Amino acid sequence: MSANDLLQSATGFSLVVLSLSLVLTVVRIVRGPSLADRVLGLDMLVAIAIGFIAVIAVRTGFNLYIDIAIALGLVGFLATVAFARFILMRGTSPQRLEPAATPPGPRMAKRGKAGQAARRRRRGDR
Amino acid sequence: MGRESLAVESFAMESLASEPLGMGLAVVVAVLLVLGSLFSLLAAVGLLRFPDLYTRMHAASKAGSVGSGLLLIAAGLHALDGAILLRALAGFFFILLTAPISAHLLAKAAHHAGQRLHPISVTDQMPRERVGPKD
Repeated sequence: MSANDLLQSATGFSLVVLSLSLVLTVVRIVRGPSLADRVLGLDMLVAIAIGFIAVIAVRTGFNLYIDIAIALGLVGFLATVAFARFILMRGTSPQRLEPAATPPGPRMAKRGKAGQAARRRRRGDR
Repeated sequence: MGRESLAVESFAMESLASEPLGMGLAVVVAVLLVLGSLFSLLAAVGLLRFPDLYTRMHAASKAGSVGSGLLLIAAGLHALDGAILLRALAGFFFILLTAPISAHLLAKAAHHAGQRLHPISVTDQMPRERVGPKD
């Protein structure tokens, strides 16, 4: 088994596994209950695409693909930051829009004492 | 058009053929490729299986960045060129730098927007700033 054969089989395996993880991430994006889940799935999709480009660079021998991967990482980071700002500005999530008839007590996670104190302090300030 | 694509193809063939890649380096590159793709697969599985946005974020921002970083390092080692290896390392460093920042921003925005933790979570120490109509 020569070095080229080894690399061929390794890149083939990587391409198959990365395709599988792309499919799993797309399932999460389709199913994701809130917008934040979908944005997280987009971030993961960009990370997997960077890996895909690196594997293609190994397989074909074009080294310019690495620059494309770096540029894609920059764009993905900026997209995630922009979506986070958008979620912050929009300010609603489907869980908040639920009818208030069901008491939210047992469904919510318990909050620590420090959090309660800080919240009280903050409310008193404003 | 035809001649250009032919030229590109012959360039690729030449760069693939003239590569004196040793067996040891090929083994290292292959191991890095397999490890990186498995890390990416584990991140995707965690993204699919974890119950909560905040736990999913762990999988996506840690395992995902390590996976793509390992694949980038494999591509840089495969090139047998210091400049390209340095570029790949810079890309890995950039990913390591930006993944926690984007995850933190997203988690803070989601918490601010009222995304709740899963009931099995133990505590939420961050005070909720803008409360809803009945909270």
